[in-house]
Amino acid sequence: MATKFTLNGKAVSLDVDPDMPLLWAVRDEIGLTGSKFGCGAAQCGACTMHVDGQPVRACSTPLSAIEGQKVTTIEGLGGKVAQAVQAAWIKHEVAQCGYCQSGQIMSAVALLTDNKKPNDAQIDEAMQGNICRCATYVRIRAAIHDAAKTVRA
Amino acid sequence: MTEQSKIKLPQELPLASRRGFLQGAGAAGLGLGLVVGFHWMPRNAMAQKAAAGTPAMMNAFIRIAPDNTVTVLSKHLEMGQGTYTGLATIVAEELDADWKQMRTEGAPADAKLYANLAFGTIQGTGGSTAMANSWDQLRKAGATARAMLVSAAAEQWKVPAKDITVSKGVVSHAATGKKASFGQLAVKAAGITPPAGDVPLKDPAKFTLIGKDVPRLDARAKSNGTAQYSLDVKLPGMLTALLQRAPLFGAKVKSFDATKAKAVPGVVDVVQISNGVAVLAKNFWAAKLGREALEIQWDDSAAEKRGTDEILAEYKALAKTPGLPARKDGDVDAAFAKAAKILEATYDFPYLAHAPMEPLDCVVKLDANGVEIWAGDQFQTIDQMNAAGVLGMKPEQVKINTIYAGGSFGRRATIQSDYIVEGVEIAKAINGRAPVRLIWTREDDIKGGRYRPMYHHVLKAGIDDKGEIIAWQHRIVGQSIVTGTPFEAFMVKDGIDHTSVEGAANLPYAIPNMRVELHTTKTGVPVLWWRSVGSTHTAFATEVFLDEIAAETKQDPLALRRKLLTKHPRHLGVLNLAAEKAGWGKPLPAGRMRGIAVQESFSSFVAEVAEVVLQPDGSWKVDRVVAAVDCGMPINPNIIRAQVESGIGYGLSATIKPGITMAKGEVEQSNFHDYEVLRIHEMPKVEVHIVPSKEKPTGIGEPGTPPVAPAVANALMSGTKMVFRALPLPPTATKSA
Repeated sequence: MATKFTLNGKAVSLDVDPDMPLLWAVRDEIGLTGSKFGCGAAQCGACTMHVDGQPVRACSTPLSAIEGQKVTTIEGLGGKVAQAVQAAWIKHEVAQCGYCQSGQIMSAVALLTDNKKPNDAQIDEAMQGNICRCATYVRIRAAIHDAAKTVRA
Repeated sequence: MTEQSKIKLPQELPLASRRGFLQGAGAAGLGLGLVVGFHWMPRNAMAQKAAAGTPAMMNAFIRIAPDNTVTVLSKHLEMGQGTYTGLATIVAEELDADWKQMRTEGAPADAKLYANLAFGTIQGTGGSTAMANSWDQLRKAGATARAMLVSAAAEQWKVPAKDITVSKGVVSHAATGKKASFGQLAVKAAGITPPAGDVPLKDPAKFTLIGKDVPRLDARAKSNGTAQYSLDVKLPGMLTALLQRAPLFGAKVKSFDATKAKAVPGVVDVVQISNGVAVLAKNFWAAKLGREALEIQWDDSAAEKRGTDEILAEYKALAKTPGLPARKDGDVDAAFAKAAKILEATYDFPYLAHAPMEPLDCVVKLDANGVEIWAGDQFQTIDQMNAAGVLGMKPEQVKINTIYAGGSFGRRATIQSDYIVEGVEIAKAINGRAPVRLIWTREDDIKGGRYRPMYHHVLKAGIDDKGEIIAWQHRIVGQSIVTGTPFEAFMVKDGIDHTSVEGAANLPYAIPNMRVELHTTKTGVPVLWWRSVGSTHTAFATEVFLDEIAAETKQDPLALRRKLLTKHPRHLGVLNLAAEKAGWGKPLPAGRMRGIAVQESFSSFVAEVAEVVLQPDGSWKVDRVVAAVDCGMPINPNIIRAQVESGIGYGLSATIKPGITMAKGEVEQSNFHDYEVLRIHEMPKVEVHIVPSKEKPTGIGEPGTPPVAPAVANALMSGTKMVFRALPLPPTATKSA
């Protein structure tokens, strides 16, 4: 039975194993590769997508669980918050290897959508599920504060 | 070898490289969104092609396109360290290009053109050598290309070359008002014989890009999901392969039953290779389910069956006997005999996985003529040779497309080309009937070995009645990374693997009688270089022991280091700068403590001061790290700062999180829930200060890592009066703990 959902604003119907994780459905079946595989166990956040606006770990979310919902990936990001976050990421040169950054950005956009002025503790709490082995955390914090200013402006 | 011969023109390229291009051209036409096309052609053919609108090769490192983009072919892997930006900066500086026109892409595997000059004849990235070994080479490549563009303009405009200026990518002749872009001149310039002898290089006083924070070339693509990694390569008909490796290191497949695996929808084939049993499927999910359904019997007869506790016990016993000498100064035994006091301490270090965010992966496309590989390839010509060996082909039949790696920290530079060989063996097992994408899962990565080796250190110091250190003995026990590999021939001397003792055998402190010894052990656990290699353990052992001596002799740790480093101005430079910026010696609020450490690694010098906050319950957190670095002339200060921040975070991860352990030979960790790594709430504030220098640039990808663990331990020691003699440090630091 096909799973139907909305991906980056477009209706999608996928007739694949409903247990297939959303990450692999999007990567292997639909061909959007911005979301990364890092652990397969909801431990690292590299696969983070938004489902109905909330950040989820797509590597551990079965396709069946998103029937009828709205999924956004890094490729489908748009709007004031997302633009502010991505601009801040470039300005602060957050990315090093860059592999985790799609997931970091998805988590940061979700945070700033809910909280326009997060403090360091709130940033740490919201971003704790996203590992960066290059440890770009100092710049992630700075970029989020900077993006928050833009969002509030 | 003269510099001129290092920079070869396209016409001098070996035939093999041209064939490589032709193979690549097919893939370039597949619309991969990858830059794989490469223009190695005889000069005439190239000029004709260029006239038809394709880019012109100025030399092996610089390509100029009609759209005026200048592409630097990087012989080094971009794995986050910023090398694509740094190398392009050198070229742009000498070329007088506009930064906006610069691009970088991975050079093909070709030892003749793209050897790492620090590695001899091997093309590869490591040891923080990219900048150091490219500095002269790329300055000359840039300056030569600039001279060719100027000659082309002079010929075209019929004016003397000496009256032509170049600025921000525009070639001009003031008297006639003529101007041209690089793109307009490139075809003609590529046909010009480069100037004989040494081209003049720019006076560093006139640098406009070097030393400035030019923006990273990959910042945008890495902020919008478009940067391409091996995981993202998609070829028509490509199958995804997952390999079931043995649960014990050294075990082999005895027999297997693939019936259930093959019954999984989407599974296409199951094949045995030397390293295990591979399941090939139409997508990752089917391959994973298929792998889980495999039934394999393993032959454990030659496998490592000891646990890490048993191995460590053996190391401790071994440490009681003398090892092979790695350094001998003065008369150590006589000095110990007359010492007023002898201090001794042992330090232990676990196996560590690199755990880059992108687990190992590669894409392999095999046909009768050759094989094409896409990978975040760190050892291009080693991988080329090993892949050729598997296939019985010539190395030049192996085309490697080096694309971004999602981190590595050394993991992708293996002498045995583990993941590349696996991918090629799988492609061979199915006779190349489909391209193969091999993916390691995180569990494969954590359990897969090639760890930073486990080490045991014993340090002994003799102190005279004035409190001076008169004798120093350092015994190191652990596995060699290169013994038993082809690298042994040039990296092991008199039984000493330099990477086991670096940071210890070259200890800079002025101690008259010093002996450093090494026991190289053998286990079945595969080991590998891990960001900053030997200094990951030697810096901790030596710098923490020195603080123990400072405490015992009631000296300030900074003052003691200054006294022992009078003949090492670059060590002193970073030490003093870090201390000053951190406010060393100024009073701290209750519960806050400082520690310092300094280390030279890969010819760069880094000192760090860690500020640790201790809670009444004994829990503690690193709140701030102040670093000072001297890596020669700073090319891009912002990237230097980023690399030091990163090195500190990577080192701090191993300071506070447990390593890899084994029980009965089996690795006990599997993913980030039990092989924990540093997360954002554990990252301290970091300040990085750069020592101005006119020395040739050296690396900065690794040197930020070693000092952080000892600086943190030394901070805790100063505040708690406890000793810390193993990594990771305990999560609570109380007398009763």
